[in-house]
Amino acid sequence: MSLAEFLSRNVGELVTLTLEHLFLVGVSTGIAILIGVPLGILLTRKPALSKPVLGFANIMQTVPSLALFGFLIPLNIYLFHVKILGGIGARTAIVALVLYALLPIIRNTFTGIRSVDPAIRDAGRGMGMTDRQLLFQVELPLALGVIIAGVRVATVICVGTATIAAAIDAGGLGRYIFRGLRANDNVLILAGAVPAALIAIAADLALGYFERTVQLGRRTRVSAKKMIIASVAVLSAAMVIVYFAVGGSSGRIAVGSKDFTEQVIVGEILAQTIENKTRLQVTRRFDLGGNLAHEALVAGEIDTYVEYTGTALLAILKSQPITDPAEVLRRVKKDYAERFQLEWTEPLGFNNTFAVLVRGEDANKFNLKTISDAAKISPQWRAGFGQDFMSRADGYPGFARTYGFHFSEIREMDLSLTYRALAEKQVDLIAGNSTDGLISRYHLVQLEDDRHYFPPYDAVPVIRRATLESHPEIRAALRQLGGILSVPEMRKLNDAVDGEKRPAREVAHEFLETKGILR
Amino acid sequence: MSNGDTAIEFRDVSFALPDGKTLLANLNLQVQQGETLVLLGRSGSGKTTTMKLINRLIDPTAGEVRVERKPTVNWDPIRLRRRIGYVIQEIGLFPHLTVEENIGVVPRLEGWTPERIRDRAHALLSLVGLEADRFAARFPRELSGGQRQRIGVARALAADPPIILLDEPFGALDPITRREIQREFKSLQRELNKTMIFVTHDIAEAFVLGTRIALLKDGQLVLLDVPAGLLRSTHPEARAFAESLYDAQSIGSSA
Repeated sequence: MSLAEFLSRNVGELVTLTLEHLFLVGVSTGIAILIGVPLGILLTRKPALSKPVLGFANIMQTVPSLALFGFLIPLNIYLFHVKILGGIGARTAIVALVLYALLPIIRNTFTGIRSVDPAIRDAGRGMGMTDRQLLFQVELPLALGVIIAGVRVATVICVGTATIAAAIDAGGLGRYIFRGLRANDNVLILAGAVPAALIAIAADLALGYFERTVQLGRRTRVSAKKMIIASVAVLSAAMVIVYFAVGGSSGRIAVGSKDFTEQVIVGEILAQTIENKTRLQVTRRFDLGGNLAHEALVAGEIDTYVEYTGTALLAILKSQPITDPAEVLRRVKKDYAERFQLEWTEPLGFNNTFAVLVRGEDANKFNLKTISDAAKISPQWRAGFGQDFMSRADGYPGFARTYGFHFSEIREMDLSLTYRALAEKQVDLIAGNSTDGLISRYHLVQLEDDRHYFPPYDAVPVIRRATLESHPEIRAALRQLGGILSVPEMRKLNDAVDGEKRPAREVAHEFLETKGILR
Repeated sequence: MSNGDTAIEFRDVSFALPDGKTLLANLNLQVQQGETLVLLGRSGSGKTTTMKLINRLIDPTAGEVRVERKPTVNWDPIRLRRRIGYVIQEIGLFPHLTVEENIGVVPRLEGWTPERIRDRAHALLSLVGLEADRFAARFPRELSGGQRQRIGVARALAADPPIILLDEPFGALDPITRREIQREFKSLQRELNKTMIFVTHDIAEAFVLGTRIALLKDGQLVLLDVPAGLLRSTHPEARAFAESLYDAQSIGSSA
């Protein structure tokens, strides 16, 4: 499917995502202006503060966005019963974007005012202007061009960074980009990236024009006042919308998912089952990046999502790897109940463990069946691994030791890109996921874990105990999902979405119907 | 022109920077109401410092400055400054305001009605020889240096202050425009009868405009006299300035 074709078919969704994106950028930049400009002015009055404040803003810009999200989500800060910080969704994305946008605005306000000609400042003071009059009638109008240049930089930063907001269910064009990366689909990536780039260019041109107009000096004293009033009004309205519309989702069940296709499908399976078997309404909060789904579950932002036993054991409980599936499930059940007041329900049936994959032709040529077979010829091979696999406890270091691998080269890249790299012969061996639909599409062969190195990753819905207590009917509904999904079935569902480009909602619905769960 | 009352008085005034460097030492000086006192001296002699002590842009580190018999430190600085017009080199005009708005700054701060500000600005424009209709809506960058300087003077006169400080107001102009505007200013002086302190390093200008001249050197007052007195003085600094006068003397005597 070409980009033009995709966009014309999905014009409604594209408009929604673009509006979400503009909303995130507009509100974040606006709040950053409301904080940054007064702060910059303050620094010109108290220059001793300028080093610590600018230093802090500088540091904020270097914090990776996922790390910042991870820090913000568990927060639970209320002001007059309105949650102002923490959780997933637009609110947290906006807080993060504001932190990124602050530096250029504070810095330019500060330097813009500082660079007003001292003779002009002296003239104003000599004519009997108070400090406030000097600020509003002389310094701010003269610094306006520089301040707007700062806003321009901040806006462009926000347009780019807002694509990451999709990782915490804040919407925006990042959804297409993440979905495209996951599905290895360039058209989808472009469908998100091109509009985002166009927004950035348009914002840059518009603010650049504004900056030049202001520097020519026409009528700025009047418009500065009007601009302040207008922006405060617009932002107050926007903030009210954010806090009430985005903030409140109580009285409903929120189903979450991590940010890859399989998770969205099983998320849909959970959501549709609950909708069908109970009278509850379901909110979908999918595509949460990293460990954000867990953070959101603990924080009560979502009620349930599907977790993998091995991930819980290693990444969340930070335990040592265990290989017995029953033992792993027993451990995570016990620890989750004690530490997080979370319950594990029935396993869905499939184990999405690491799959060590090679090209089918290589498997034939070298007669490879097990991982041990591949280890023997690995010195001539290049491997491609996701960042995740390189760093985790059950990842590469132990894997290489157990099987005695020595690759000629290891390339670390995004997991979703490793499949294509393998198919295009840029690497010769990857560690993918056993349920990935791309395995059959690219004719890859999964090698047997003959030394039982990888722990089990059984997919199981995890749910808040408080949710089960107030809605016991959910337990019965989820029980019906026990053991309904095998590895080949999951691979097929994944391929239906990634390969055949069908909507996850439809694929999940069809599956539940064939299993006789939806009636 | 003097009517005898003391408008400004310096009593043993010194001013030193925090690092101890003395910019002005033991200045004693009285400025009569209605006179134009020229502060003459080379760069760094303390002229501008003396000026800034009058409108409290700085406060003396010793002694006291009295404006209308009241020590400046007892004045509210904002009230004090609004009673004193202030003209500095052309950069002192606000580049983001029109000519009319520049002239109207102090009246606006004083809360005049827009109509009154407008009428005042137009009256002052014709007083300084500029057509209001042509110039009121222009921005400073659209004016010549001489026009800008006229606006600077008009702005200082806007709220009709009894005292006007002029810090090398014509310093950036070419010699011909400069002589021209000095002549105009001279007739303006006669018309307005204001107390003026005028800073310059140009002795010809001092002769044209000054009722009396205060000659400063390295922060010290070395001579205070009428212009003719400066020519008779034997003080080496006075001699140095007098010798530079020849080419401009004719204007001084004709005025």
